[in-house]
Amino acid sequence: MIGAACLALWSHWRRHKLQLATLLAGLALATGLWSAVQAINGEARASYDRAAAQLGAGQWPELRPRAGADIPLETYVSLRRTGWRLAPVLEGNLRLAGRSVTVMGVGLLTHPALPAVEAAEGGDGLAPVEVLTPPGRLFADPGLAARLEGNTDLPPVLPSDAVPPGTLLTDIAVAERLLDRPGTLSRLLILEPPPPGLPPLSELAPDLDRVAARGSGDIARLTDSFHLNLTAFGLLSFAVGMFIVHGTVGLSFEQRRGMIRSLRAMGLPLGLLARLMLAELALLALLGGGAGLILGYAVAGALLPDVASSLRGLYGAPVEGTLSLRPGWVLSGLGMALAGTGLASARALWRVAHLPLLAAPGMRAWGGSAAAMRAMVAAGVALILAGALATWLPGGLLGGFLLLGGVLTGAALLLPPLLSVILAMGARMARGPLAQWVWADMRAQLPGLSLALMALLLALAANIGVGTMVSSFRLTFTGWLDQRLASELYVAARDDAQGARMATWLGDRADAVLPSRSVERRHNGAPIFVYGIVDDPTYRDNWPLIAESPGVWDALARGEAVLINEQMARRDDLWPGDTVSVLPDWPLRVAGVYSDYGNPTAQAITALPALLERVPNLPNQRFGIRIAPDQVDDLARDLRADFDLPPGALVDQAALKAQSMAVFDKTFLVTGALNVLTLGVAAFAMLTSLLTLWTQRLPQVAPLWAMGLTRARLARLELLRSLALAALTALAALPLGLVLAWALLAVVNVEAFGWRLPMFLFPLDWLRLFALALLAAGLAALWPARRLSRLPPAGLLKVFSNER
Amino acid sequence: MLLSVDRVSKTYAGGRPVLREVSLTLDAGQTLALTGESGSGKSTLLNLIGALDVADAGEIRLGDTAYAGLDDAGRAALRRDRVALVFQQFNLIPSLTAARNLEFHARLAGRRDAAWLDRLAERLGLGDLLSRHPEDLSGGQQQRVAIGRALAVRPALLLADEPTGNLDETASTSVLDLMLELVRESGTALLLVTHSEAIAARLDRRAHLAGGRIA
Repeated sequence: MIGAACLALWSHWRRHKLQLATLLAGLALATGLWSAVQAINGEARASYDRAAAQLGAGQWPELRPRAGADIPLETYVSLRRTGWRLAPVLEGNLRLAGRSVTVMGVGLLTHPALPAVEAAEGGDGLAPVEVLTPPGRLFADPGLAARLEGNTDLPPVLPSDAVPPGTLLTDIAVAERLLDRPGTLSRLLILEPPPPGLPPLSELAPDLDRVAARGSGDIARLTDSFHLNLTAFGLLSFAVGMFIVHGTVGLSFEQRRGMIRSLRAMGLPLGLLARLMLAELALLALLGGGAGLILGYAVAGALLPDVASSLRGLYGAPVEGTLSLRPGWVLSGLGMALAGTGLASARALWRVAHLPLLAAPGMRAWGGSAAAMRAMVAAGVALILAGALATWLPGGLLGGFLLLGGVLTGAALLLPPLLSVILAMGARMARGPLAQWVWADMRAQLPGLSLALMALLLALAANIGVGTMVSSFRLTFTGWLDQRLASELYVAARDDAQGARMATWLGDRADAVLPSRSVERRHNGAPIFVYGIVDDPTYRDNWPLIAESPGVWDALARGEAVLINEQMARRDDLWPGDTVSVLPDWPLRVAGVYSDYGNPTAQAITALPALLERVPNLPNQRFGIRIAPDQVDDLARDLRADFDLPPGALVDQAALKAQSMAVFDKTFLVTGALNVLTLGVAAFAMLTSLLTLWTQRLPQVAPLWAMGLTRARLARLELLRSLALAALTALAALPLGLVLAWALLAVVNVEAFGWRLPMFLFPLDWLRLFALALLAAGLAALWPARRLSRLPPAGLLKVFSNER
Repeated sequence: MLLSVDRVSKTYAGGRPVLREVSLTLDAGQTLALTGESGSGKSTLLNLIGALDVADAGEIRLGDTAYAGLDDAGRAALRRDRVALVFQQFNLIPSLTAARNLEFHARLAGRRDAAWLDRLAERLGLGDLLSRHPEDLSGGQQQRVAIGRALAVRPALLLADEPTGNLDETASTSVLDLMLELVRESGTALLLVTHSEAIAARLDRRAHLAGGRIA
């Protein structure tokens, strides 16, 4: 019985190969884009875990300074004396070979075994004493080691695969020397719980906080929002793909009603039939999902290098640009394919389970029953309200995404009722019989096309929303760069001594020399970079302040105030008038907040003389130079000649802006690619809907042909119908896309990155997208329309055949 | 003579001849029953006369119009302006109300006559049904709308393919009575395909198709 039933069920797909191909393609597209995003996220997280394992980060509880200062060596020594088993770590950033490098110094005698050191001492025969005694050794990934080759200012650099990209691992004494931070530590690893009976930490070291072990560490936490963004995009693409699955499964079940009735009439139990259909769907889901995994692997492979570059640029995250097959995303992809197919088919299965044996198929005259439409409106409004509520409860980044999800799905549910109302109005206003038919027919087609139109709405709204966000960001970023990069030339000295000579040398030749001197500390458990600046009109005229108190620059010049970046202001809720200690025991009034895009960490600006009083040995190697633009080339040439500077040490303003814009554009490359892919999937959903509706369509157009309309004219009307529906959907997508853009700019960006951007409107982009939507709909409708125009009369006559 | 079918043949794919040199004529206002077994070619002949399909050989003329010289647009114009069809399956447009369906063909041909439409609606007993969609009408009601739609255009020739084949006996008699009355009233010629001897007997003439030939 089961074999015969399977044969009957499968015969449907043998007769409807295009439908089968559509279903598999829908599954593959949905799973493919989801899997691609999961593969990218999985690869990035694996890189973080690898980096954390290589450096032992996050595996032990730690003691960290509370006020953002370093830990004095004495504190460590006294804790050790009281019985704490600790391993000291000193971290900081250095600029080497034209890029920022993280130096991590560990007490090699106390620190738990590090793979890089073990490998060198074991396999390469390096004596431990060579690592510990001057000049010591630096461990770096092979890429960085090659870049540092021949740098005589550094101890010998040993290449190691067990060190994350962009990191130098060394003994703490070498790190002290390189970072010029003698007698200071960044954090202390707690290797064993302290012996019982010791005085509490608050008495022994009141300035230290105990932080629990947290797995893969800071980078994973920092990049969570980036990965959440990608996941949201993957989910959107998955949902759009599932619209195809829903439509195709629904139609296949509808077309098999007769067969289902016959099978049941012949004694096949309903339960068994439902189970067989479930098994059939699961098999198809696995086949389509498997194809999707292959597609996802290819897409991820193409996108990963740019994503890795974005993550490195945005967060300094050590991500490699190569992809490997991981069971996690393979299983997640297949699981999503199965779950999604189940969800998309639930309604069709339910209908089969409740199908009366004698039910007859029929087409409703207008777009769905009034009750169904009312239910859609109610559900749509409820989802939008729930999304809006989520911005307060639970709030945060999750609230932002819930807002996006609620608004998008709610608006998608509202689309068919909205279109139904518009089309009914159109039908009432139409004069000619054909116009009346076209309007009424479009309304009648809504149930069959609504899923495809919802998919199109989501894809277009995502395009408008994300496009508006990226373009607003780009416009703001360009303006911001113009303000921030006011100096005509930027130069980096090899060391402090050369920096001092350079400052003197430049004194006579430049209009102004603006040293860039900073120190890295910790504030509220996160890194902060404190910069000291000289009092110069360049800052007063150009620095992009988004909030300020009166006399901000004078107060700063007197050393009485501090400027902080927007990220820090929003994270710590500090605004002009508040007081903050960016260094221990140095409370300063916040006089202004400035925008600081692309920087994930907190930053503060104080007067240089005041900062030097507290941190006397600030590095003095980087300068911005103000000079007449026509003298830039001459000055650069003289600087190179007199100081023997390498090519990367001098950058002019235009080059720096171009570099920054290139990093910016690369960051949003993946978003753009996912945008285009989502629109492509939506167009495919429309094509599949039109194709699957094809068999139902003939009985509707054949009478018009019999009444004297040519096939060519009917085909043109079919095309017009799709274009009109796509145009109405695109118009509905515009306000939705703008709401999405607002939510991204004002809620998600603030929560994810710590900055709020102004929203600009780009009507030309909308027009382009509108044209693209029409093109997608036109292309989707072209095939069915062409098929109709070339259909032989015999095909149409079948509709009137009495024996059909 | 309104319609002239002269030695018309038609062969479908696979080489099976459906019509072999069929000839018949029909005068204006005359009614003709076309009978025959299933597969004898009745519907094919109707489709050819209705310019829905093209003959392989022979000539069909409606008045002074020879079908052989018509392209797709010409055949469409003929269907729109001079021929009307009624099918067994009703083939109403599901998205339009009965009222819109009733006037549709006439408006398409640019010959909407409100008084004639009102009369048709009244004669066909559609008064209370005009605001309904086809799905809300019974089979007999749908066929009455289909007949009204066909006659609203005042065609020279009405082609009906088993118009009562989907109806019960009572509805069938009622629909046929109405159709014959209205055809006579409007001076339209009728060619009706039927299996029923009783129905055929009520028409002016009768032609029987067997094996693709007029017997």
